[in-house]
Amino acid sequence: MKKEDVPQDMSALGKVTKEVCYATDRSGKYVTELSKGWDIKITALDTAWQDIEKRIAAAKEKIVNNEASPLLFFMEKGLMDINILAGYTGFWKWQIKRHLTPKGFKKLTDKKLKRYAEVFDITPAELKNMNGHEQ
Amino acid sequence: MGMSNDFKHIQAAHCETGVTTNLLRGIGIDKMTEPLAFGIGSGLFFAYIPLLKINNGPAIAFRTLPGHIFSKTCDSLGVNIVRKKFRSKEDAQKALDKSLTDGYAVGCQVGVYYLPYFPKQYRFHFNAHNLIVYGKEADKYLISDPIMETVTTLTTYELERVRFAKGALAPKGQLYYPVKKHIVNDETIKDAIKTGIKRNVFSMLTFPGFISGLHGIKYTGNRIKKWRDKLGLEKAGLYLAQLVRMQEEIGTGGGGFRYMYAAFLQEANAYHNNGQLLQASETFTNAGDLWRTAAVQAAGIYKGRLGSQADFNVMGDYLLEIAEVEKYAFEILSKIKWH
Repeated sequence: MKKEDVPQDMSALGKVTKEVCYATDRSGKYVTELSKGWDIKITALDTAWQDIEKRIAAAKEKIVNNEASPLLFFMEKGLMDINILAGYTGFWKWQIKRHLTPKGFKKLTDKKLKRYAEVFDITPAELKNMNGHEQ
Repeated sequence: MGMSNDFKHIQAAHCETGVTTNLLRGIGIDKMTEPLAFGIGSGLFFAYIPLLKINNGPAIAFRTLPGHIFSKTCDSLGVNIVRKKFRSKEDAQKALDKSLTDGYAVGCQVGVYYLPYFPKQYRFHFNAHNLIVYGKEADKYLISDPIMETVTTLTTYELERVRFAKGALAPKGQLYYPVKKHIVNDETIKDAIKTGIKRNVFSMLTFPGFISGLHGIKYTGNRIKKWRDKLGLEKAGLYLAQLVRMQEEIGTGGGGFRYMYAAFLQEANAYHNNGQLLQASETFTNAGDLWRTAAVQAAGIYKGRLGSQADFNVMGDYLLEIAEVEKYAFEILSKIKWH
């Protein structure tokens, strides 16, 4: 890639920091050039996020239909799966599976709710009623 | 507690090569550059792991396992390494504080999910990020993250949280830094370049199997042609977006590290003065350009502009072509008579 071809499409990262790219100058020698981002990359990331949004929407629907607990919503929103959530909370996977059901979730003690809430950076009350996270 | 002696932050394209470069420069190896660290550390790679899924998509790597580049670079230069993992968060912090007090700048493996200075869109559960802690002032750790333009800080809690990120490749508080045992001069670097290239020829060209190296690129190309039928257009698009994101990671200029390797070979030529290195360098530039062209084709598909089987065939064929170009480049390197 030639230095002048290094893409400069503003990305979310570009607003925080430019990226170093290796590209060739007129004589063919490699030099570094800063890039604000690349459209191809931005849309790849957008595609990944659209998929995440879909998963979150599906989680919400399950909760409304009483097929899952609010935990599923926050797990999807936090880009987590049961493995990652088990790692952060210290719960066993079978426990989390139980907490993901409306019935199991209702039985959670305040102490356990707090462990989940901390991982999601929210309060236990927010975890319970999903307030402020509807959008 | 102060700062490690005059640590200098230099921005880099990629985290681990950047950390390696800045740590080695910190112990007086002034000639270390990012492309040299990448090449000496034999960082160029490709692997497609069929059964493993990351973020619900395919697991594709364009560089070696985390920690590998740092170890191999230090090893080739004859530099000792201190590397520690921890069970307890308290021990991890104590060990870090002790190394800082002893005057070392310290590399840390971290997860990016809770990394506060990263834009939210980039904060996935990716645990193979690397940064340098070069000092501590009150409750703030001084942080040099090589992909950022400037240095930053993290609170004790923030740093602990990213050092103990959970999930695949969990860092477990891992810290590492180089300790010099003898003088590294031009001759040492020259030898290390040779070792690095030979090792990379082995991992990409010689190493058997079908999922890694050049075989892996070919294999992926052939798989992509089947994705449309097997996965359906939407999921196939997601898979291609994941391929592009892995190829890009952060700061590889679209060429999946091929440009950085081409830059390394030019620098290698300054030490070895061998035209074959320049010839291979140009070939890797072509490979990088082809990776970029392939990414544009992939984007056509995940943006919904393209989508026929013919479009997937074109995409797959790009990878087959790339495999041929890179094979040619590695064959040039494998034939070099070293002095």
